[in-house]
Amino acid sequence: MRPNIFVKDKVAVVGAGLTLFRRRLLETPRELAWEAARQALDSAGLTFDDIDCVVMGTAPDAFDGVHFNGEYFADVAGRNKPTVRVYVGGGTGVFVPIAAWWHVASGLCKTALAVAEEKMSPAHPHPQGVFAYIWDPILERPLGPNLIWIFAMEMRRYMHKCGATKEIIARVSVKNKRNALDHPAAQAAANITVDDVLRSELLVWPVNRLDISPVSDGAAAVVFASENEARRITDSPVWVEGIGFALDNTHWYNRELAYPRYVNYAARMAYKMAGIERPWREIDVAEPYDPFDYKELHHIEGLMLARPCEAPKLLEEDWFDRSGELPTSPSGGLLGVGNPIAAAGLMKVAEIFWQLRYEAGPRQVKKPVHYGLAQAWGDLMQVGTVIVLGN
Amino acid sequence: MGVHTYVAAAHPNIVVAPPTSVGRILMRRVAIVGAGWAGFRPQVPELSFRELVYEAASRAYEEAGVDPRSDVDAFVSCQEDYWEGIAIADEFAPEPLGAVLRPTYTVAGDGLQGLAQAFMMIRSGAFDVVVVEAHAKPSDIVTLDGIYELALDPLHVRPLRPGNPLFTAGLDAVAYMARTGASRLHLAMVAAANKRMGLSNPRAPHAARVTVDDVLESPTYIYPMSQLEVAPFTDAAVVMVLASDEAARRLTDAPVWLDGVGWATEVGTGAVEFHEWGRMPSIRAAALMAYQMAGVDSPASQTGFAEVEDRFSFMELLALEELGVAGEGEAAAMLERGDLAPGAFYPVNQSGGSLSVGVPLEATGLWRALEAYLELRDNSGAYDQPRAVVASWRGPPTYTSAVAVLSAV
Repeated sequence: MRPNIFVKDKVAVVGAGLTLFRRRLLETPRELAWEAARQALDSAGLTFDDIDCVVMGTAPDAFDGVHFNGEYFADVAGRNKPTVRVYVGGGTGVFVPIAAWWHVASGLCKTALAVAEEKMSPAHPHPQGVFAYIWDPILERPLGPNLIWIFAMEMRRYMHKCGATKEIIARVSVKNKRNALDHPAAQAAANITVDDVLRSELLVWPVNRLDISPVSDGAAAVVFASENEARRITDSPVWVEGIGFALDNTHWYNRELAYPRYVNYAARMAYKMAGIERPWREIDVAEPYDPFDYKELHHIEGLMLARPCEAPKLLEEDWFDRSGELPTSPSGGLLGVGNPIAAAGLMKVAEIFWQLRYEAGPRQVKKPVHYGLAQAWGDLMQVGTVIVLGN
Repeated sequence: MGVHTYVAAAHPNIVVAPPTSVGRILMRRVAIVGAGWAGFRPQVPELSFRELVYEAASRAYEEAGVDPRSDVDAFVSCQEDYWEGIAIADEFAPEPLGAVLRPTYTVAGDGLQGLAQAFMMIRSGAFDVVVVEAHAKPSDIVTLDGIYELALDPLHVRPLRPGNPLFTAGLDAVAYMARTGASRLHLAMVAAANKRMGLSNPRAPHAARVTVDDVLESPTYIYPMSQLEVAPFTDAAVVMVLASDEAARRLTDAPVWLDGVGWATEVGTGAVEFHEWGRMPSIRAAALMAYQMAGVDSPASQTGFAEVEDRFSFMELLALEELGVAGEGEAAAMLERGDLAPGAFYPVNQSGGSLSVGVPLEATGLWRALEAYLELRDNSGAYDQPRAVVASWRGPPTYTSAVAVLSAV
């Protein structure tokens, strides 16, 4: 993909909103989506009538238990509007804004609402059961794998290749859950220690309970506007500088699991578009996807914010703290705020938006920020979605 | 009654300047440079869904003259988890398309919505060549009705335990007939005509020489429609290659242009009680978007033919009215006069429509666009206005529709 010199209209983020993230919310998917959208619009001083187009994200329909889950709440911004649901598994939360970007950059929509909703609580006995159906139906499903299994394999591989210990990796969980104490929507914020993580219940070695994010209900929404509209709406629009996405094949068992090349491809696409040549220097704040603590390190390396296998060492030096050189997951991430899958990714985008406007309150990182990045991941270790924002 | 006045109140901001207006000189035109299909049979037992997509993609790439590994910038796959029986269906999108490690995603929606995404991606300037894919293997689905039930609003509609989860189409049919005076005879005429026209279409396994009486006498399926008035299902895959005008000129001498796209959701499936029964405002809203983009004011005089929604017989008539091809309540009269037949004033569903081809679930809208594409590619000389309108409704229980305007010039 070549640098994007032909885009005539820049696209800005002008507002963001979230619901609480909780293990179980009593609101329906429609109500959650509406609530998040309402918050986002209120923060921008807009009404639902101001929204031209809607882009929705929600991960497996089976969680909510509704086929055509996108259709269920497609009228969140009103009737007879262009709406579409886009979907790349766990990568959806950052992909929804990517699609919203071209809704506006194409000139078709002056404003676009990106809304991501997830209710995992309806799935009984446990939402993990839905993941029994993500596998190749012929070659893999008969083996009865579950998600934690395969991530345990990836974590093990990463630990082996990079010499990272569980002690170091656990620091991500400690950092993020502590960061989340300052996040008003957080479900799993806590002051824990590395020991707490290591002593928590073992799920599939080497994954302990406190190494992973919780199951959650929640919704998030972000408002996009064309340059002209954005300048009418706000004094401090945050610009979409780059978008990137890549989807690998289904043969996750044949991959070098220690390095997420699909995240790297997606990041390169976004950096090229943004004109970023040295991401480790030019990205000031990042929200890499952190459903497991090791994933944050894994993704930091895929995003070229650290060299392969260097992230654990930088973590030990507090490099990724809010007061550090390259703060990551200042929101508290999925580990601290929660993981309603599609909404979690969009929450990360919202965080970068707030960070770049210096509106993150107690979560605001110490250093001045110009470029920020949010990234999500999903499927069978397959998809990377990246968005670069700038103020 | 003008299409514009009806919908302008709904979304005044969707006003997209036609390509020639000042200030939009660099607006890129979008072309369809190749298309491929596979299946279109009630069952395709010898191929998995992946092999079906692979075949359709191979044919599309051959026609377009592109290598997906190097010439295609992004891939859009249209599918729904529950139809596929896979909880994250997009996982399986890249391989059959040659899209591994390339920018690829899924639209959980109809193929025409995917086409609209590709259109915007190219218009943004960030992508030159985008592939759109949609497929379905309803023959693989053991509990098709059960899945449709899961699409019903779990709080307000599912507990009603309707015998047939597609029952809302019947409610719309009754309301349409009451409002316009269209009769069962008119509906049967649509079915008989479409099933007959499908006989010359290699993609129409459900085509048949049925008379209006045959249709009226077949058992009632979704009141007031009989079995022959509701399209059955079909397995199929469709792949299209879209390109910016620069890329299109490199690839082909005769692109078919995608001049306008529109899509809209009237109400969510969680609010069907607010739907305007007997109307399809989502088709009207989508049409307005597409027409404004394409510079069409009067579809019947500025385009040559249409492929429109006919999964349920009454929908063809309602769609023509919402598209502004027929005035309010006048589609039945057009049908009676023979205006919609091949070679007549405004041929509709020459492909035989869904009633002949069957419904390949989320590939339906893309298939309709395919029929229009093939006709414009191979036979544009037969039309004074070599352009086509394509209109598709996602079907019950949704109220989402999409419209496209294709042009050979």
